[in-house]
Amino acid sequence: MKKFAYYPGCSLESLSLSYHQSAIESTLALDVELNEIEDWNCCGATAYFHADELLAHTLVARNLAIAEKDGLDFVAPCSGCYKNAYFTNQQLHEEPDLADHINYALEEDNLHLDGTINVKHLIEVFIDDIGLEQLKSKSIHPLEGLRVAPYYGCQLVRPRKDGENVENPQFFEELLSAIGAEPVDYGTKMRCCGGSLIMTNREAALDMVFQLLLDAAKQETDVIATICPLCNVNLEAYQKQVNQEYKTEFKIPVMYFTQLVGIALGIDPKKLGIGKELISSGELEKFASKETG
Amino acid sequence: METSLTFSKEIANLLYAQHGNPIKDCIQCGTCSGSCPAVEFMDHSPRQIIAMIGADMKDEVLTSNTYWSCASCYQCNVRCPAGIDIAGMMYGLKRYTMWKDDYKENLVGPHFAESFMKMIMRTGRSFEPVLAPTYIFKLDAKDMFQEALMATSLFFKGRMSLVPKKIKRLDNFRNIVKRIIPFGGTA
Repeated sequence: MKKFAYYPGCSLESLSLSYHQSAIESTLALDVELNEIEDWNCCGATAYFHADELLAHTLVARNLAIAEKDGLDFVAPCSGCYKNAYFTNQQLHEEPDLADHINYALEEDNLHLDGTINVKHLIEVFIDDIGLEQLKSKSIHPLEGLRVAPYYGCQLVRPRKDGENVENPQFFEELLSAIGAEPVDYGTKMRCCGGSLIMTNREAALDMVFQLLLDAAKQETDVIATICPLCNVNLEAYQKQVNQEYKTEFKIPVMYFTQLVGIALGIDPKKLGIGKELISSGELEKFASKETG
Repeated sequence: METSLTFSKEIANLLYAQHGNPIKDCIQCGTCSGSCPAVEFMDHSPRQIIAMIGADMKDEVLTSNTYWSCASCYQCNVRCPAGIDIAGMMYGLKRYTMWKDDYKENLVGPHFAESFMKMIMRTGRSFEPVLAPTYIFKLDAKDMFQEALMATSLFFKGRMSLVPKKIKRLDNFRNIVKRIIPFGGTA
């Protein structure tokens, strides 16, 4: 069984508990173990970088150093946590002076970061470590006919890390196809959901959410699939506010990709946190009630 | 001899250690503004802000809401033909105005960032209800009502905790922070 150091991040403790539950359950069914990092702290989100970059890197480095003790690669299900961890890890690699400075601070918690582990987003575990072939062969309830809009959002793919496709990646579509769903082709799959502007600039964020919902609705989307708790909350919990603001009647279910994978694998929907959403998906639940085999 | 730093130089120095190219490399093509999902809510587009920094228009830049309207989506970064870390520049401007305590009135962003930092120093983790007062009173009555309704629904779905979680080694955590930014004995 393959193991990873799992960093849930703050949202997965409450607002996005279903992402946490479905991440654990679906990976387990695919022979992957997510070991939660002990005593992890908040990664600083975007707010810490507003105030101080060095401090922001230090907060992230503490989590990386704890993960490194077990020698396991670091996995984050949240795009914001992932981006912070990925780039702090990279920067500490490239700048030994910065790493020394931060390691001096980490001594206070008896930690040291050598930079020997990699940072991954949870979806990369499904695509690179589990693999689409295995996903396909273990999908006993393929989501046939379910039109799912893959929402990449921002920080999973941007900023650019290497030579990867940042304008029109396909890995999320491929994952959805592997579990039998029909990926929806829509233009705003990489457009921002507004992120924390939902709190600091409501008008702008609601407009950004509106554009995404409008585009997904035009393509007759049954479910929007997300890979980040903040994207999920903005797209789902704020749909009512969007409807009020724009005189629309959107009622599009928004689910975590791990919940869709879990249903396809035949896992009990309750174990995947299904039922905690504000807009339920009758279409998806049809697949869950199917008899196994 | 002129010893005071021009504003453009000050911002260039601020961004010196950043990975992207210096903002003086900007060719004013406007790809950033055309790619920005928040541009229509900004006082000045990203392209304009860069030009204004170059022209030393310090007062206008400091009273602009532009960088506080940036959601850090990095769409501009991946498309900039001059290889400028534009989102990083927005962060730099946020930090500059927070340090100087000089930013446009009525912005939620700076207060939110400050509350966020204090919250993390107290518990080591993020806890949404602590942050709500930084923005909820800026909403109009209708939106405030909607926000309360939503929070209630989330609570009944078991998605809103009323008790903040604390990390175990909080003292060590705070001491780490003190080695980076020394602060008083109050925290």
